[in-house]
Amino acid sequence: MTEEKVHISEELEPILKQISDPEIPVLSILDLGVVRSAEIIDNVAQIKITPTYSGCPAMDVIGDDIEQALKEAGYASKVNLILSPAWSTEWITEEGKNALREYGIAPPMDATSDKKALLGEEKIVKCTNCGSTNTHLVSQFGSTACKALFKCNDCQEPFDYFKCLI
Amino acid sequence: MNKENLIKYILGIADNSLILGQRLGELTGHGPSLEVDIALTNISLDLFGQVRSYFQYAAQISEEEKTEDDFAFLRTEREYVNVLLVEQTNKDFAYVIGRQFLFDHFHFLLLNELQKSKDETLVAIAKKSLKEVSYHKRFSSDWVKRLGDGTEESKQKMQTAINDLWRFTEELFETTEADQEAIEAGIGVNVTALKDTYLANVSEVLTEATLEKPELQFFQSGGKKGIHSEQMGYLLSDMQFMQRTYPGMKW
Repeated sequence: MTEEKVHISEELEPILKQISDPEIPVLSILDLGVVRSAEIIDNVAQIKITPTYSGCPAMDVIGDDIEQALKEAGYASKVNLILSPAWSTEWITEEGKNALREYGIAPPMDATSDKKALLGEEKIVKCTNCGSTNTHLVSQFGSTACKALFKCNDCQEPFDYFKCLI
Repeated sequence: MNKENLIKYILGIADNSLILGQRLGELTGHGPSLEVDIALTNISLDLFGQVRSYFQYAAQISEEEKTEDDFAFLRTEREYVNVLLVEQTNKDFAYVIGRQFLFDHFHFLLLNELQKSKDETLVAIAKKSLKEVSYHKRFSSDWVKRLGDGTEESKQKMQTAINDLWRFTEELFETTEADQEAIEAGIGVNVTALKDTYLANVSEVLTEATLEKPELQFFQSGGKKGIHSEQMGYLLSDMQFMQRTYPGMKW
């Protein structure tokens, strides 16, 4: 949906890779796609992050975590929050999607499938516990702003689905 | 356009989300079911997030030393310019849904147009918010259908709420002086032009919900000019309590 490329300096990448989303500890902020650029300018690491949802309370924590991690690695840093281009679930990497699935959160599907799933037209969201698609939507809003709540009709397990945002 | 009026224009959009967000926040732990409770407070959180972006922008262009908190917490009642609709109380679940439904459909159309603004920051906020508001609109419209086309009692309650709240809908499409100036500068949205689409979209949902679209001759307005209903004072005293008691406090 956007042409803008992500610029992450090779030097900073391993440090940022280790920082995870505070709500989803298995997911690196790089795999989540919230880091839009990381460059060293005049000996200061300049990091630009973008929120998943406007009100996402994790953003302040992620900003602090980045500053802390960079400080420990010996970098002065400045973290800026940017709004444009708006974050999209398409920015979550394949690695990130696998991490979500293993953690028990069904990763986002493409926009068309997502709409059908959230409108209850088609049973396509896979249960993260048993893999069955015989699941139903409990609520379009889940434990955090970015998730919807589903339940598996076969194994009865409730689970979160990471909503599609394009 | 001058900065002062641009701030006024921004507040005209932001205050609606702030006050509605506060109303929804009152439902934390009081929703009719756990899922609905979580959904309503999630919507509140989205709205607050959007408000922060608007207020930060307003603080940035303000010539006075202001922060986002000044805009949120330290204005007097007359200085808030939200529409009357969003300050109405959580009378019952049908009112909560009715208020949300009538606002979401407007909010969606507004943000959709704001994406074409000449102001880059407003475009960025609009694009971000629109994604969230489409979920809000889907949620509230689904509930209007569910309650309207539900039991005899739910239908009657939903119809009562829509009838009662309808008198506040006309104000959504009124333009203020700041609006006029923003429209001329290519920054603002001409809300009056959204009315027909709004009525068509809302009517479509009401028909599907087997509800009647109210036919009213009398409408109430004033919020955009800072003249609020009685409920607003109570809302503000609750919302501003911490900042008034501990001035300058931060998280």
